[in-house]
Amino acid sequence: MSTLEIRNLHVSVETEEGPREILRGVDLTVRKGETHAIMGPNGSGKSTLSYSIAGHPKYTVTDGTITLDGEDVLAMGVDARARAGIFLAMQYPVEIPGVSVSNFLRSSATAVRGEAPKLRTWVKEVKASMEALEMDPAFAERGVNEGFSGGEKKRHEILQMALLKPKIAVLDETDSGLDVDALRIVSGGIEAVRAKGETGILLITHYTRILRYIKPEFVHVMTAGRIVDEGGPELAAVLEDSGYDRYVKGGGAAAPTGAPAGAVS
Amino acid sequence: MVVIDATGRPPMASGAVPRPVRSRNPLDHDVPTGREEAWRFTPLRRLRGLLTGPDADGKVSVTVTAPAGIAVEQLDAADPRIGRSYTPADRVAAFALARAGGATAITVPAEAAPTEPVLVHLHGESPRSAAGAAGVAYGHLLVEVGPFASATVVLDHTGSATYAGNVEVHVGHGASLTFVSLQDWDAGAVHVGAHAYSIGRDAKLRSFTVTLGGDLVRLSPTVDYRGPGGDAELNGVFFTDAGQHQEHRLLVTHTPRSCRSRVTYKGALRGAGAHSVWIGDVVIDADAIDTDTYELNRNLVLTDGARADSVPNLEILTGEVVGAGHASATGRFDDEALFYLQSRGIPPAEARRLVVHGFFAEVIDRIEVVELRDRIMASVSARLGETPAEDEPATPAEAGAGRAGA
Ligand SMILES: Nc1ncnc2c1ncn2[C@@H]1O[C@H](COP(=O)(O)OP(=O)(O)O)[C@@H](O)[C@H]1O
Ligand SMILES: [Mg+2]
Repeated sequence: MSTLEIRNLHVSVETEEGPREILRGVDLTVRKGETHAIMGPNGSGKSTLSYSIAGHPKYTVTDGTITLDGEDVLAMGVDARARAGIFLAMQYPVEIPGVSVSNFLRSSATAVRGEAPKLRTWVKEVKASMEALEMDPAFAERGVNEGFSGGEKKRHEILQMALLKPKIAVLDETDSGLDVDALRIVSGGIEAVRAKGETGILLITHYTRILRYIKPEFVHVMTAGRIVDEGGPELAAVLEDSGYDRYVKGGGAAAPTGAPAGAVS
Repeated sequence: MVVIDATGRPPMASGAVPRPVRSRNPLDHDVPTGREEAWRFTPLRRLRGLLTGPDADGKVSVTVTAPAGIAVEQLDAADPRIGRSYTPADRVAAFALARAGGATAITVPAEAAPTEPVLVHLHGESPRSAAGAAGVAYGHLLVEVGPFASATVVLDHTGSATYAGNVEVHVGHGASLTFVSLQDWDAGAVHVGAHAYSIGRDAKLRSFTVTLGGDLVRLSPTVDYRGPGGDAELNGVFFTDAGQHQEHRLLVTHTPRSCRSRVTYKGALRGAGAHSVWIGDVVIDADAIDTDTYELNRNLVLTDGARADSVPNLEILTGEVVGAGHASATGRFDDEALFYLQSRGIPPAEARRLVVHGFFAEVIDRIEVVELRDRIMASVSARLGETPAEDEPATPAEAGAGRAGA
């Protein structure tokens, strides 16, 4: 049973005016096979939470803990976290000029699995995963994210998730910037990983439309660096109708519609 | 006219590119003081006296392996073919020509199209003298590609020497040459050389200058077109390690109309005292209408203490060009790229290796000789240090969003 536990997480970034606190005490528990959605307006700290889980050097944890099956994630380097089973699909995937997708995928699979995958089965595996995401085979020879369209970048992220089989996958606005077709394909890729029941998914989104394809068991609302409301799928429906206004206007004092913060986990 | 200038400077008019004295007589060239534009980046004291033309007391052996049909000759000093398309533009080059005592000539006959490359192995056999420096040697290499022929010539410099050597290349009309010069010297070598390319009408040159080893390497590739329709692609890769000085000074002169030039140099620098210099001079003469030129230098500074100088100069004397532009940029590792790779489980050292390989791949992947490509990449990997053990602890900077102060 894999469990990611986040307790009282406070995270700051360095700005010109000194450190600025962005996450102000986040509690969250994601177990293998569960799907959680985190929804919130722009600037509420969703990417900060994702990056902090993955270990981005720009984000400093000033208080709280993150553990994976009891192991201290914060003590691990970025690469060790990935090898421990944490995966982050980035909101803005980075270009790595001259490094081919195939070379990159193989290097990361080798690192995460602890041994180089057998060439023949590997080629089949990649081919099948790419077909499922309706990706052209020629894609494998392009430079990582080099000149990729928004949709191609997101498919490439989901392809990696499918191949790396993480225990916990954080998907940071994987739905943003996708047209209807791309959203359907990408959602299909996420759904396929979820259906295996081996991965806990933290689906971060600004909009509700991806939730038509992927049904989370838990919905958390984040504003101003805190989780201010939590509930089941019905909370997403409420947000679809009324947006974030009431959370933002009332600040942290908004009356929760679902369970009190922390009660889900 | 399209003028692209990533440096933000306007293209320069007459006088931007210095015109050196050209003479075979070394004494016609002033002894550099280090203040001249052409010498201001070069540490003169590390040239081991090459500016004064010391007697040769070392040796660079030349071994040519050529496919059938290609002539390999030893020319004596008086042979009129020497210096036909090249006149020295500095003192070291003039001494090299004067003291080489002849030349090794490689001739590809007209319309020949050998499938195998010509391999020229130049090996510095100079043991260190009492003074501690590798012995002095001079050389001249002549490569002539006949009309409508097509060939690949690879120069491979290894071993150690204090070497002043010129290369004179003529690509005949309608011919095509791929030319590779690999500087894979041992650590103590000094190498100063002019690589003069003469491009015939409708001829094509694709050159690769790859500088890895040596204490000091200073190469001056020049391109002159003998007629319209010439096409010169000058690619370069260098890896400048701690204490090394690697200097590439390019001059492309567009005199006839309708010629094309593309310069792409990429360098990585690492360690204290690593110093690279890239000078990209392009002149478009008044009659060189319809010229198409672009030059680019990108440097990746991997550590503190390394310095990359990059100076593009474009002198345009006609308004009717197809394109004329240059770009120069020196940067550090892209932290976001390293984070992305590490977030996929790839250890920091391996992530850096991938980024550096990717950086060079644009140029190196154009080399069609596979063994050469592999050798260059392997050398780059060796310099970066091999992948450390899986369980290597991350340094605090790489540990990422760990606890503050932890
Ligand atoms: N590296 C950073 N430097 C400075 N401010 C940052 C940085 N990253 C995020 N922020 C700020 O933190 C807040 C939350 O950002 P982010 O986590 O990206 O929100 P979201 O993903 O929910 O849109 C924003 O106000 C943003 O400007
Ligand atoms: Mg975000």
